Amino acid sequence: METTRRLFLKSGVLAGGGLLLGFGLSACTEKDDPGPVTAVTDYVAISSDGIVTLIAKNPEIGQGVMTSLPMLIAEELDVLWANVRIETAASDDKRFGAQFAGGSMATALEYMPMRQVGAAARWLLIEAAARRMKATHDAFTTKAGKVRHKDGTTFDYGELAAEAALLAPPDPTKLTLKDPKNFLLIGKTQKGYDNPKIVRGEPIFGIDVSLPGMLYAVYLKSPVYGARLISCDLSAAKAANGVKDVFVLKGTDMHGLKDGIAIVATSWWYAQAARALLSPVWDEAVGKLHDSEIYSQTAKTLLLGEGEVKEKRGNADAALRSATHTFDAEYNVPFLAHVPMEPQNCTAVVKAEGVEIWAPTQQPNDGKALIAKTLSIDPAIVTVHMRRCGGGFGRRLENDYMAEAAAIAQKAGAPVKLVWAREDDVAHDFFRPGGYYRVRAGVDASGKLAAYISHSVNFTREGKIVQGDEVAGNAFALTVAPHTRIEFSKIETTIPTGYLRAPVSNALAFVHETFCDEIAHGAGQDPIAFRLAHLNAHIDDYNGDRFGGYNPSRMRAVLKTVEERSGWRSRASGKGEGMGVATYFSHHGYFAEVAKVRVTDDGKWRVLKVWAVGDVGNQIVNPSAAKNQVEGAVMDGIGSMSAEITFSKGRAVQTNFQDIPMMRMPQAPEVDVQFVLSEFPPTGLGEPALPPVIPAVANAIFAACGVRLRQLPLTEQDLRAAIDTART
Amino acid sequence: MITLSVNGQPRQLKVPDEMPLLWVLRDELDLKGTKFGCGVAQCGACTVHIDGEPVRACITPVGGIGDGKVVTIEGIAGNRQGRAIQEAWLELDVIQCGYCQAGQIMTATALLTQNPTPDDAAIDVAMEGNLCRCATYKRIRAAIKSASGQPVDDTRNRGTEA
Ligand code: FES
Ligand code: FES
Repeated sequence: METTRRLFLKSGVLAGGGLLLGFGLSACTEKDDPGPVTAVTDYVAISSDGIVTLIAKNPEIGQGVMTSLPMLIAEELDVLWANVRIETAASDDKRFGAQFAGGSMATALEYMPMRQVGAAARWLLIEAAARRMKATHDAFTTKAGKVRHKDGTTFDYGELAAEAALLAPPDPTKLTLKDPKNFLLIGKTQKGYDNPKIVRGEPIFGIDVSLPGMLYAVYLKSPVYGARLISCDLSAAKAANGVKDVFVLKGTDMHGLKDGIAIVATSWWYAQAARALLSPVWDEAVGKLHDSEIYSQTAKTLLLGEGEVKEKRGNADAALRSATHTFDAEYNVPFLAHVPMEPQNCTAVVKAEGVEIWAPTQQPNDGKALIAKTLSIDPAIVTVHMRRCGGGFGRRLENDYMAEAAAIAQKAGAPVKLVWAREDDVAHDFFRPGGYYRVRAGVDASGKLAAYISHSVNFTREGKIVQGDEVAGNAFALTVAPHTRIEFSKIETTIPTGYLRAPVSNALAFVHETFCDEIAHGAGQDPIAFRLAHLNAHIDDYNGDRFGGYNPSRMRAVLKTVEERSGWRSRASGKGEGMGVATYFSHHGYFAEVAKVRVTDDGKWRVLKVWAVGDVGNQIVNPSAAKNQVEGAVMDGIGSMSAEITFSKGRAVQTNFQDIPMMRMPQAPEVDVQFVLSEFPPTGLGEPALPPVIPAVANAIFAACGVRLRQLPLTEQDLRAAIDTART
Repeated sequence: MITLSVNGQPRQLKVPDEMPLLWVLRDELDLKGTKFGCGVAQCGACTVHIDGEPVRACITPVGGIGDGKVVTIEGIAGNRQGRAIQEAWLELDVIQCGYCQAGQIMTATALLTQNPTPDDAAIDVAMEGNLCRCATYKRIRAAIKSASGQPVDDTRNRGTEA
């Protein structure tokens, strides 16, 4: 092993959005000697043989940022993709700014800064050449990893890198970035960087970490949220085959370490097998009243009354009274689990001088802080290695398993890999909260929405609406109706909740966009024409806030496109087939989707095809990955329509995939994806395609069989019963 | 002592007969490519081949394998269909998070071995036990067809242009 000195051009994002550049110097070792390696920024290292290493700053959970963010750097740096190697960044928000996978934010936040990093590195390389030749920048061009003077002299980046790294960096915000029409990488498919390793089964996920002397752990908790451990006889488990130690830990934090019993063994299976030998006594009284049946009874009663008013515009009651058509319906959605494919896991080494952690996590720096708090140590001595995540879906925004692994490793005095069984993952999720809604609307004589009232029953913890839930989202009807009122009632819960892919929107889109379809049909209008008429009426109302405001013209464009692509106007219906439409604006993305379903008399339903049209700005960074996200989000949304988590005495009833129907190959529909490029900056795609597909399917089921679906999950039995009722 | 053939190598193991093959592979033999997803034969993440048949390693006690030949994702490139499947997976950029894909590739390879040109119905039946939480099903289907020489409508790059 040879030690090479790496020069770092320090960079970070300033509060105002600019890039902070400065020099640092550090030493590092290179396993295979690629010749001297020079880092020209924290994100870019160039070896003398022209191999360019780019740093992927954010966690990779399948959304493709490990590939797409380095593409942005490589584009402006002007290097061949074939010569690019990608490494995952250290978890270090001082060097890399916010590092997280959530909210579909990576493209929106990083599109410019990453390009500026590439442009700054390129500028430094040109500057180095300019100094050699005593020429000015305008005499040079770059291409494919080379700087070329107009007299024909060319330098490989590799030969300039060491000099470039010693130069004062430019102000990246003053650099001229490429004209998009000259892009060579952005907008052209680059395949997932890790894919070759994945098809060979290389150990790159969190759960694959292996350390010398490592032990394996399971951590047994009460399935009742908030329960405390009273007592447990540990002796039988301690004597079990392969078991090294069994001990109790006291809980400190509902988002971190909870009361439990750790079993540490020489193989995960030994630890898991020893679990059956424990019969802990828990105080589970706290869960007694937390039961899905009780929740739904309470919600029914609450929806009969008035809620607390959150927002209002005009006089919705009066407008409703004078409306020509009125609508009044109740909707509800269940709690849902995330169940990312890779169960929660974390590997920890805890020593007095420092703590080292390997984890699949969507928020590594929060994990670092949580571990420091759990162990009462300085966060500065905690190192977190971000590992590729086998899915996230929002579950790994919480780092409770990291706190557990650190606490267990500390007590065990050895490297420990904690792995949750799938049953642990289901029992100890931070669930998508369920919700109950009464929605009312009035349409006036001209066919326009006059009034819209939404009353939701939201879950609360200590009186505050739980995380992952909100009273109102970006519902189209609420945006366009002149008289609106949004009110809510509360049910206190002990159930931990969190953010599931397209949080809030994944529930509210179903409620408001299905109701919108009811309104359109009830008013005798085509559901697309109905929406377009309202969007047209508000086309100039966009308030210019790109990230907060609903822009009717962007929605109109995607809706018109999906109308065309799906052949909406010439659609045939009847014979158990039907098409439905819905729109939703979330995570800065505008999506309109049409679903085509087949329903049979026995209540079986299947989505045959979905047309998804989205506007996520003026540029798709990596087309194949972008379409993969939309295809996945559409199928994820449809899959979620069959699932639910229910609670009995404060614990989840479902335990593993046999109780949680998921989309599988035979149910997978065709998906047609089209992007509409607008004038706005590019934004993300992990989430916004998901919300509208749920109401689109519900509306298609109505078109196919006349049954209006207002409750999820949609089971075959319920649909068959509803079809039978509709007949009689 | 148990002797097990894994990817063509005889491996000696000192583990109880009831230890599932999954944990033998992952924790005893350090072959981390085979994945744990559910432990109850519901997700297919742990799929390996025993004598060419796809099996769920999470519910297969190691003591019952006898002289069955175990092949895992780490060894699948030694199989002609396996290589074709891997290449198609890369060519069609199937993967999102990737966690399910070792299992998908093992099941798909076994399918092609038994049925060189599977149609949609055959793909549905063979692949139903393999969950992909990221729902890359459309591309998995296309990649199986591509690997078996059937025409594929590759739409990956369509729909993103202005
Ligand atoms: S882990 Fe074996 S089928 Fe899920
Ligand atoms: S690619 Fe993520 S589970 Fe299949």
